[in-house]
Amino acid sequence: MYRSLALTVLSFAFITCAHAQGATQDFSRIERGRYLTTLSDCAGCHTAPGGKPFAGGVALQTPFGTLIAPNITPDTETGIGNWSDDEFVSALQEGRGRNGTRLYPAMPYTAYTKMTRDDILAIRAYLTTVTPVNHKVNANQLPFPFNIRLAMMVWNWLNFTPGRFVPDPHQSDEWNRGAYLVQGPGHCGTCHTPKTILNADKNDAPLAGATLQGWFAPNITANRYQGVGRWSKDDLIQYLKTGANNATLASGPMVEAVTHSTSRMKDADVAAIATYLLGIDQGGINKPAPLAADNPSMKAGAAIYKDACAPCHQDNGRGSAELFPRLAGSAIVQSDDPTTLGRIVLEGSRAVATSSAPTAPAMPAFDWRLDSDQVAAVLTYIRNSWGNAAPAVTGAAIAKQRTTLAHSR
Amino acid sequence: MARKLPSKNVVVIGLGWTGSILSYHLAKAGLDVVAIERGPWRDTATDFPPAYAQDELRYAIRLDLFLRPAQETLTFRNRADQTALPIRNFAGFLPGNGVGGAGIHWNGQTWRFLSTDFRLRSHLTERYGASMLPGDMTIQDWPVSYDELEPYYDRFEKLCGTSGKAGNLKGVKQDGGNPFEGWRSSEYPTPPLKQGLGATLFAEAARKLGHSPFPQPASNLSEAYTNPLGIRMGQCSYCGFCERFGCGNYSKASPQTCVLPALMRLPNFTAQTESEVLRINLDSTGKRATGVTYVDTSGEEWEQPADIVLLCAFALFNVQLMLISGIGKPYDPDSGQGVLGRNYAYQTTSSVSVILKDKVLNPFIATGAHGMMIDDYNGDNFDHSNLGFVGGGYMGAGQTNGRPIQTRPVPKGTPKWGAAWKKATAETYQHAYSLSTHGSSYSYRDCWLDLDPTYKDRLGRPLMRMTFDFHDNELKMSAYLTERLAEIAKAMNPTEMQAHPRKGPYDSTIYQTTHNTGGTVMGDDPQTSVLNRYCQSWDVHNLFIPGGASVFPQNHGYNPTNTVGALAFWTADAITQLYLKNPGPLV
Amino acid sequence: MMDSQTSLRLSRRLFLTSAAIFLTTSASVVHGRTIQQEMPWAPGAADPPAQVRPGPWAFFTSDEAATIEAIVDRLIPPDDHGPGGKDAGCAVFIDRQLAGPYGRSEGLYTRPPFMPGSSTQGYQNPASPAGRYRNGLKALADQVGQSRSGKAFHELTAAEQDKILSALEDGSVKLKDVDAKAFFAMVLQDTQQGFFADPIYGGNRDMAGWKLVGFPGARYDYRDWVERHNESYPLPPVSIMGRADWLSKG
Repeated sequence: MYRSLALTVLSFAFITCAHAQGATQDFSRIERGRYLTTLSDCAGCHTAPGGKPFAGGVALQTPFGTLIAPNITPDTETGIGNWSDDEFVSALQEGRGRNGTRLYPAMPYTAYTKMTRDDILAIRAYLTTVTPVNHKVNANQLPFPFNIRLAMMVWNWLNFTPGRFVPDPHQSDEWNRGAYLVQGPGHCGTCHTPKTILNADKNDAPLAGATLQGWFAPNITANRYQGVGRWSKDDLIQYLKTGANNATLASGPMVEAVTHSTSRMKDADVAAIATYLLGIDQGGINKPAPLAADNPSMKAGAAIYKDACAPCHQDNGRGSAELFPRLAGSAIVQSDDPTTLGRIVLEGSRAVATSSAPTAPAMPAFDWRLDSDQVAAVLTYIRNSWGNAAPAVTGAAIAKQRTTLAHSR
Repeated sequence: MARKLPSKNVVVIGLGWTGSILSYHLAKAGLDVVAIERGPWRDTATDFPPAYAQDELRYAIRLDLFLRPAQETLTFRNRADQTALPIRNFAGFLPGNGVGGAGIHWNGQTWRFLSTDFRLRSHLTERYGASMLPGDMTIQDWPVSYDELEPYYDRFEKLCGTSGKAGNLKGVKQDGGNPFEGWRSSEYPTPPLKQGLGATLFAEAARKLGHSPFPQPASNLSEAYTNPLGIRMGQCSYCGFCERFGCGNYSKASPQTCVLPALMRLPNFTAQTESEVLRINLDSTGKRATGVTYVDTSGEEWEQPADIVLLCAFALFNVQLMLISGIGKPYDPDSGQGVLGRNYAYQTTSSVSVILKDKVLNPFIATGAHGMMIDDYNGDNFDHSNLGFVGGGYMGAGQTNGRPIQTRPVPKGTPKWGAAWKKATAETYQHAYSLSTHGSSYSYRDCWLDLDPTYKDRLGRPLMRMTFDFHDNELKMSAYLTERLAEIAKAMNPTEMQAHPRKGPYDSTIYQTTHNTGGTVMGDDPQTSVLNRYCQSWDVHNLFIPGGASVFPQNHGYNPTNTVGALAFWTADAITQLYLKNPGPLV
Repeated sequence: MMDSQTSLRLSRRLFLTSAAIFLTTSASVVHGRTIQQEMPWAPGAADPPAQVRPGPWAFFTSDEAATIEAIVDRLIPPDDHGPGGKDAGCAVFIDRQLAGPYGRSEGLYTRPPFMPGSSTQGYQNPASPAGRYRNGLKALADQVGQSRSGKAFHELTAAEQDKILSALEDGSVKLKDVDAKAFFAMVLQDTQQGFFADPIYGGNRDMAGWKLVGFPGARYDYRDWVERHNESYPLPPVSIMGRADWLSKG
């Protein structure tokens, strides 16, 4: 008994390495595929919480209805075990499933189309090594007419341009690597690029911020007002690697992206992403003049902020590094769309936990303490203080959000 | 009949300070660990956010974070010739409950014991002769020395991010710190807190009288800090809601702010909350623990087998669980034989209140552990030759709050209600301040813990019975300390001053402190201790009580938490470095 | 199994982690709560106190309420320093407390036997606060009715009321089957608690108690004032539910 106890200590470190490797597989290709799976955050959608890896089951809220990510384990009946390599490549590059069926663009093939066949086949090679799980997923729960996959042909014709990533010879290798990761496997634009009415990317404003699933995914270009332009390259690297930096902490949907993908990326890849993002500046976003401090909403907001928010975010709006987000100069605070702000104040938010930043502090819910006008007032205040400037938030918008959130809980 | 669960390497009873520290280190070492906690899961943003954490009625009066007596309590009497009666509503001391335990509701006062405290009987006998000690005083030396424990104090302070100023760095005296403290291997992790007017006036007066005031070591942090587990803590905002409250902005050290975020990430750790351990199970030889049996919220019983059992409950309930499980010989005060329940001790506190009519003191701007203290009258820092008592305590100005349900001073002679009361209350609040002494409580033959013969808990188990009263030695000590404090108070030129030395008998209805100690004492001799120097049971070698205050042989003139935390690290090292390699008695 | 679980998580793509929390309800698994690899958190999680609203008495009869309102207004009389106990809502506070867990001795150890003990052993009586108020107020009404020719307590002059309260306080008047001194002490304690507790509980209306002494209330940050020695704190008190300045005016 006690010998086994001592042995447990010694053997623990090896447990995680015990997965069987297919004898005929190319080890380095599988490892590359494993890493590309991380870069592409496949598990984010295809592994359900508490479920078997890649067995599917995560529900995706789209503006048209709910999609469930399918099983991509090598199970021949319910997974992709019978797929040919060409079928797999076609799914990622063309958005076509087996036998030519159209995939829904919740699967970010509009980004994965930038990936090389070699990278995609490495992912395929890795996925053949995961444990096959017999788990049937009913992927399509869309209402008519969106449940007609043929409709996607029209959508693709309107919105989808297949094609591999083409490096820009005028840019550095690092920039090109970053561009490939952001546009291709990282599929950052899936959340961060504004959408057309058909939910396609607005290609004239890549990564300029978008609303989805009840959150606003902020502008991640180098814009200094609404983007990440005030951050140094190191700030951005720290954020992606650990989920926290001196200015803010990842929360909401970004928790999943940091947990499964960015925190597990190689340092050079994170640096490449940072270089690329800090090189994008569309310009053209003009900072308005801040609201006057004697505006009634600003005055109420100032009182609420002092009494309820300053214990953590401080009187000067600077917060505390890696603990309480800095509101002064914050992009998300000054974004045109206050969806994320309202949501965080109403129902709170838990920051991501990573091994290098495990704290994961949480913002408490204030929906019970502040009415919708008061939430709007305090948001208007933080959007127009300490050098910040952004349009006022209306109580009506918060009231609507309050109702929506209550229904989703 | 209990249903059996799959075996674990380690079962931890109670997920407070010691439980979380031990869980982290043993899980980190690769062991499969489950911690069983009878209270609920608790966390900052959901259980005490700074939106309703500051609710005096709920937390300080209705005691929302504390153990409900309906769940568990104990009986109390002052003397053996009385019938012990149940504590129906906790008042004199307040056991915590839930994940985080007392680490949630403490003040953050983070003191080390003196090096002479660890060899108390030997030291006092050597200096004053054996006749100085009353015949029924049962103090004894600790089985560890200050020098051995110093690195572990250092680790606990770094875990907490404690704010303070060293007075003795590796033997070299430091200006501004406590000149009486034992040597420290490093400066405090964060600088001292800022001080308000009351503490500043006290420090000036104390200095004038030749004392050496210094900032109280505080685990309410003066600045943001990242601890060795990578967990980030915030800066204390002096809100005045520490003791009895959870901290809403991550600035008071607790298992929540210092350990749990790292612990909960470990895949080989499980917290099982709202589940109460009924007993520790032994094998047929009675020499080895096989695990524990616990009851869940539905009343169903579960057996959790384990290779190692760690008893990490609050001090009083460590003793109760040992008594109920029949581990160790219960103490018999008549014969003086037996060890379990022996040497129960407490703390001897007193106060001096001052009114400073011309000063605005803002008493609500406070933390649980700010303030200026002197240590001139602690332990054996002063000559006791002609004083007629032994022991001592620190004293000073560290009023922890201005919450008006409980903190509402009025001049002497004020009626308790009516217009005169109202006027005096309005006129005094801003100008009154309370100074305090925090004195030792040595152990005696007639102060002990055993099982009550009459009263049962909700699960049908006997309540624990406490028999305790203050002894002359402690009352004389308190009178002496309070006089010294009053001298300093007088030098503050108060408009009015009232001294309140501790008087007997001990009253369980008046809050004094929750520093209940002893009952499962650690020592070098199995005849006078339950645990050896590694907090390992003499009788059952795979059972440890890693540092809860029940292991203290007596209580010294300081708050216990730092020593509790240091002993937790000490025991964690003993288990991982000694016990796992060669499981068996370590002494 | 999988499908039913995932359907519960339709909106929770947002918080996908490797976490597993099992709040179990089925008899086949362990009750209590098993927590692994996560710091549990859910959107909107909060446990604030329920705000006391004006309305009918929840515990007191109208006669009892009239007596209590009179008593709290003598314990804390209205004067130049501010409102008295009645206008500050102390009777409402006590009423709601008695109708709640406090009134029922919820969470306390209430198992027999009940035996008299020394004062150091604390309260040893089966009666709950609600029962003690009911009995105490009845005994007081009877006593007053007999000694003041049928008048009720609230019909007496302030001076007469004070005289009775003083006699209860020092035990010089006896109430039938009720410990007058202990009853008075309980009423005084509850009145003062109501006067200084957060207004969310129905007392301390308009933060009258806090304004009386200069306590800034449910604030949580004095970093800007800790070293402003000898200077009064400038901001008004705030309740858990805010203050007037939280409302937009304009």
